[in-house]
Amino acid sequence: MRILAVSGSLRRGSHNTSLLRAAGELLPPTDELVLWDELRAVPPYDQDADGEPAPPAVASLREAVAGADAVLFATPEYNASIPGTLKNALDWASRPHATNPFRNKPVAVIGSSAGMFGAVWAQAELRKVLATMGARVVEAEVAVGHAADKFDEDGVLVDREIRAQLAETLATLLAELQPGLVAA
Amino acid sequence: MSTVIDTQQTQIPAGTWQADPVHSGVGFAVKYLGVATFTGEVKGFEASLVDSRLTGTAWVSSIQVKDENLYGHLQGPEFFDAERHPELTFSGTDAGGGRFEGELTIKGITKPVTLEATVTGPVTDPYGNDRYGLAVTAVIDRTEFGLNWNNPLPGGGFALANDVTLTAELSLVKAA
Repeated sequence: MRILAVSGSLRRGSHNTSLLRAAGELLPPTDELVLWDELRAVPPYDQDADGEPAPPAVASLREAVAGADAVLFATPEYNASIPGTLKNALDWASRPHATNPFRNKPVAVIGSSAGMFGAVWAQAELRKVLATMGARVVEAEVAVGHAADKFDEDGVLVDREIRAQLAETLATLLAELQPGLVAA
Repeated sequence: MSTVIDTQQTQIPAGTWQADPVHSGVGFAVKYLGVATFTGEVKGFEASLVDSRLTGTAWVSSIQVKDENLYGHLQGPEFFDAERHPELTFSGTDAGGGRFEGELTIKGITKPVTLEATVTGPVTDPYGNDRYGLAVTAVIDRTEFGLNWNNPLPGGGFALANDVTLTAELSLVKAA
């Protein structure tokens, strides 16, 4: 299985990006986690520019989602919601609504924050946005509060409990892909 | 001048009958924004009445609405999840008094449902076939079938009602 990982943070030492890398290390060898890292290059959404060809970073996101079996998001929280950059990229990816690559795509949302709540409000908002886009949002949450204490200086996750929660989230996401669940 | 057969009854006809898909219809109605009733049609379906057992299957992909984004939303996981649950089904038997008691399956969830039925006819159509009209209706709570989407309204309350009226107007042709 190929899981696309999207971090809502552009920061070089982002804990959310580190969280996604930690998730990738927990996958069995048959599965791979691929980080999409062109968020910075997505232009502001403009319906006048929403045609063919799409801006390169937008095309890259759409293709990456279409080619993935599932998508894992990690989001920080800005003012009780998701970063504008992330919402902007999803607004691009969501169009046209009826055929966008997130439609029916299994997705999971996790997040971390410098404060104590682990971006739970941003995660809830992101799930709402993804569900509206037609994604198959799994019921799983990892909320990493006080993120600076949970990673070492190299960005490696050192918290065993969070590692277990990540593994559980990945298992839930992968279970959503099992062919046995698909109706005939 | 057209002819209207007004011999309405609740006696369910015996024998084997098939719904004529062109002259039958399956639909739903649900209050939206608390004021108007939104209706939609399910174009693709089959239904039969065999020895007082009514069975029907309708295809989620054939739901007809007037906006492609709404169509996409209805097909997706927040509503019918057509990718995983492409069919809606009902199977039930004549319970007397103009009712069918049976099971309705939506989004893979099966619940007991009672349909109120009205039978009209019989009539012999221009091709020599015996026909009955069978109109059935039921009100279901969509949230019991995992169709939970809603949006809060600025003044309180929610955009979409939970109660949905399902209707089928079947033109039943006696099987040869």
